[in-house]
Amino acid sequence: MATPTRTAARAPRARHAPPPRLRPARRPRHSLARPRRSVPLTLLTGLVVLYTLVPLLWLVISATKSQEGLADSFGLWFGGDFSLWDNVRETFTYNDGVFTRWLLNTLVYVVLGAGGATVLAVLGGYALAKFDFPGKRVVFAVVIGAVAVPGTALAVPTFLMFGELGLTNTPWAVIIPSLISPFGLYLMWVFATEAIPAELLEAARVDGAGELRTFIQVCLPLLAPGMVTVLLFTMVQTWNNYFLPLIMIKDPDWYPLTLGLNSWNAQASTAGGEPVFHLVITGSLITILPLIAAFLLLQKFWQSGLAAGSVKE
Amino acid sequence: MATLQSAAVGRAGPPPPRRRRSWTGWGFVAPFALVFALVFLAPIAYSIYLSLFQDRLIGGTTFVGLDNYQRALDDPEFWEGLGRVALFLAVQVPIMLGIALLVALALDSGRLYGKSFFRISIFLPYAVPAVVATLMWGFMYGTRFGLVGDVNDAFGTELPDPLSPDLVLASIGNIVTWEFVGYNMLIFYSALRVVPRSLYEAAEIDGASQLRVITAIKIPAIRGALVIATIFSIIGSFQLFNEPSILQDLAPNAITTSYTPNLYTYSLSFNGQQQNYSATVAIIMGLITMVIAYVVQLRGMRKGA
Repeated sequence: MATPTRTAARAPRARHAPPPRLRPARRPRHSLARPRRSVPLTLLTGLVVLYTLVPLLWLVISATKSQEGLADSFGLWFGGDFSLWDNVRETFTYNDGVFTRWLLNTLVYVVLGAGGATVLAVLGGYALAKFDFPGKRVVFAVVIGAVAVPGTALAVPTFLMFGELGLTNTPWAVIIPSLISPFGLYLMWVFATEAIPAELLEAARVDGAGELRTFIQVCLPLLAPGMVTVLLFTMVQTWNNYFLPLIMIKDPDWYPLTLGLNSWNAQASTAGGEPVFHLVITGSLITILPLIAAFLLLQKFWQSGLAAGSVKE
Repeated sequence: MATLQSAAVGRAGPPPPRRRRSWTGWGFVAPFALVFALVFLAPIAYSIYLSLFQDRLIGGTTFVGLDNYQRALDDPEFWEGLGRVALFLAVQVPIMLGIALLVALALDSGRLYGKSFFRISIFLPYAVPAVVATLMWGFMYGTRFGLVGDVNDAFGTELPDPLSPDLVLASIGNIVTWEFVGYNMLIFYSALRVVPRSLYEAAEIDGASQLRVITAIKIPAIRGALVIATIFSIIGSFQLFNEPSILQDLAPNAITTSYTPNLYTYSLSFNGQQQNYSATVAIIMGLITMVIAYVVQLRGMRKGA
């Protein structure tokens, strides 16, 4: 992703040339390709950063407060008592540790749902990019057309269908629909087109490697950045999924974190329910930490994967 | 990285080796196709089937042709919800995409200090589940113990309640903007990165200003990304469900069960047991979304030609 380096042949133009002796090593300092940094522009963009980060800061600060502290103290500064650890302990133990159960459910949904979605998208994208097969155009048209169908429009009939199959209120009802990511298929298709040269496939075939072996040993390594990108985005989708489990799962034992948190929040407005806002807030913080960590740690991969995806557009 | 790859592919010029049309590709695409048929095609077919029937007290399930569609077109609750998401679409989407585009251009200009910090911080909310985002903002909106309440206490002001019926749509718009501004920014930014830098140098030699470079080179070059982001946002607006549904607990008076078409289909089938009518409303919404997305795509691409 580095900006193209200037070739030696393209000499700096005179009007930008620095005084020879003073800064001999410097290239021209401000041009469109290598502009001067701007404080006002940085400050303006900083406003958008404030907008995105302040709510997260609020969440972190609020997670350190007890239920009473939440109501009494100013939202963007710490209250008198620091009860983060108490809150975390209570989050995990409240109601017989149901939060731990939701966390494990979410992990299962993410590993099977997002993992499976990535596998299907990689296989399908590879096939669309590198093979010519009967009905290929139909497959492509149908998938692209289906993307425009609102996911929620499918929810009710899917629920009724799964009901007939006896799948509702089981983990499969959440996992199976998560296996399809049209965006992932599209991204892998574009990525595989770019990343796997046709000669490489020909060479492998000439050497007598079978299709599956060619795919696993030759192509998979080349597809890795695209795979990480698809995996991250499908992980976010499954981890954050709310609507699908909301309609499919009635038994709190199979809730993912999102549904669980919402049920804790709703508890305050039901008759006789005990308000547990401090647990909702601490639980929310615990819910978002893994994904934020994943995005921060895997930055290099997904940013290059996305960039490759945008080549085709 | 992307530019390198496309360059490499471009170099591999000679005519593509004659690829035998064979069924091998199906082996790879079959798993996706099978699950896709199960969770996309079958439900679509099933909901079309459902929409043609009615469950009556007398006579049970009866074929009624297009009666359900007629009912939806005469249903004020449906139109009110549709009008609300259309308003949402007209106001929230341009604001969100506008901010995303400005930030992407600022990042791409190379004139910012700490560019990678900006990029990742603005993107972070995308990793936050809609449930958490909505609860978080919902608490902050609170006039009693939220930030709005804090401001009122500190300055003795009487800020309007963001969760009142008049303002709740704008408050939802703010939550959605917060969640997706960084995601859209990243799409635009990725597209900007693959614009050949030599174009900018050529423009510079011609004496073009920054603004001119933006309007004449950068924006046309990322038209594809702009169209895609617009289509995704249209689909998202028409599907609006999570945020209003979760806010309902905090603002029960402001958000009705037919607040958006999706909330309406949800409550029709899960609280009202009217699955057939619910499927009909869902199909109509799907059709409207597809038509609008298609028009935007045609228009967007035609300008590019």
